[in-house]
Amino acid sequence: MKALLTLLLLLQAGLALAQESVVAGLSQDRIDITANFDGSDLIIYGAVKREAPVPEGALDVIITVEGPSEPERVRRKSRVLGIWINTDVVVIDQAPSFYAVASTGPFSEVVSDTEDLRNSISIPRAIRSVGAPQSVDKAQDFTDALIRLRGAKGFYRMSEGGVRLTDQTLFRTDVDLPANLVEGNYKTRIFLLRDKKVVNLYEKTIFVRKVGLERWLFRLAHQQPALYGLLALAIAAFAGWAASAGFKLLRN
Amino acid sequence: MQIYLPIAEVSVNAFLLFGLGGIVGLLSGMFGVGGGFLITPLLFFIGVPPVVAVATGANQVVASSVSGVLVHLKRKTVDLRMGTVLMVGGMIGSAAGIWLFNILSRLGQIDLTVQLSYVVFLGIVGTMMLQESLRSLRRARYAVPVRRSQHLWVHKLPLKVKFRTSGLYISVIPPLLVGFGVGVLAAIMGVGGGFIMVPAMIYLLGMPTKVVIGTSLFQIIFVTAFTTFMHALTNQSVDMMLALMLILGGVIGAQVGAQLALKLKAEQLRVLLALLVLSVALKLAFDLLVQPSELFSVAAGSA
Repeated sequence: MKALLTLLLLLQAGLALAQESVVAGLSQDRIDITANFDGSDLIIYGAVKREAPVPEGALDVIITVEGPSEPERVRRKSRVLGIWINTDVVVIDQAPSFYAVASTGPFSEVVSDTEDLRNSISIPRAIRSVGAPQSVDKAQDFTDALIRLRGAKGFYRMSEGGVRLTDQTLFRTDVDLPANLVEGNYKTRIFLLRDKKVVNLYEKTIFVRKVGLERWLFRLAHQQPALYGLLALAIAAFAGWAASAGFKLLRN
Repeated sequence: MQIYLPIAEVSVNAFLLFGLGGIVGLLSGMFGVGGGFLITPLLFFIGVPPVVAVATGANQVVASSVSGVLVHLKRKTVDLRMGTVLMVGGMIGSAAGIWLFNILSRLGQIDLTVQLSYVVFLGIVGTMMLQESLRSLRRARYAVPVRRSQHLWVHKLPLKVKFRTSGLYISVIPPLLVGFGVGVLAAIMGVGGGFIMVPAMIYLLGMPTKVVIGTSLFQIIFVTAFTTFMHALTNQSVDMMLALMLILGGVIGAQVGAQLALKLKAEQLRVLLALLVLSVALKLAFDLLVQPSELFSVAAGSA
């Protein structure tokens, strides 16, 4: 009983500390990948909840959407005996397959470096690269290259000013999800900042799943690979025969 | 119309895939090559991961080869006995090739090995074919009888078998070795191997051009089927959706190609195939020699 009381007191203390908090919604919290999936528009909206009058300082919002992370190998080519071959490789420990950041203003004016580092908000911070081999100089180039390559394909996005904040209360942003979406849990984070410091964080997960025939094929391929292989061959052989028979009919 | 591929995890245009399949099928029907050496790089260009492209390409080759071989069977231009001998060699070679492939992957230079072997083999084969077919075109024009069945060391080996369709009476050892060699290359380069098999049959075994294409297609079916199955089993990298789109285009293309092949002369066909093989080799060599605009590339860590 005593413990419970203490807990309640602590909770209240915590609430009092966070004078402002985020209440938010997503236009969809599960995305189904079907055969004709060609990307999706995600709308993230919400409001700032307050128990007290509006405090001093600039209020800002940063919204991030992060896809499942995987270790990535980044290779660099160089010239050996006149031909260009992959010579150096750096393994980046964890890099999200998709990462979008939107903020209410220019990034450097919205959040401090310390907060960015602590919460891994900006794109370079969201990528974890601990140990590059000593033999490779300028390991940072490899991380930059990953950001550049993914950015060019629309997988990494930075939208300064992409969040609209009205009357210090209502906010909203649109995130354009590409067609080549990887299956997994997408983490959405909404940071509320006062004077470049994070005062509240709201998290929600979006489930991106294959459905229908796609899901069935994917599961069969991984759970019954021999059966899947035979099925693929049977379809191929049948299609070959059917085309031949069909053309014979056409000609007669 | 965009279509999502469940294994490759990319979304691509369905008509683009259909068209790709069609072109490759056309080549398959005309030349008796599976088209793997074209479909695999083309799939890279549209964003399909290489592992999936290689495995699915093999699956599509099965379909277009079945379609093509049925046309040739009806025309009685398949040497089934020779095909079976080549196939036995091919299966053993393919298994050896997959073993070699895994060793090279572990050493980390598989990409380079694949590219270099493409350049070397396509270059050699293309040049040889072009030379030989131009020479025979000229010969045909002056109506000089073509000398066949030269007596080489090939004809002195034991275990002789009669290959009636090809009109040959030779030992089974050379076709077994040819099958084996092509099987090894096929597994490493991720192709059916028709572009090496066809010239090997003509120039090494002395088979008549007429039966070469059907026989090559016949053995390609089994070697690529084996490759597809192995990839599905070990890497789960065969994308059935992608294969289906390519197959739909491919089988139609193969039928049209087989009809076209009837209208063209054998020597002209060989000149065309030689030019095609050479241009792919040149393109690949060019890619290796010219500084790429982007020196960095990303590959999934699991690969």
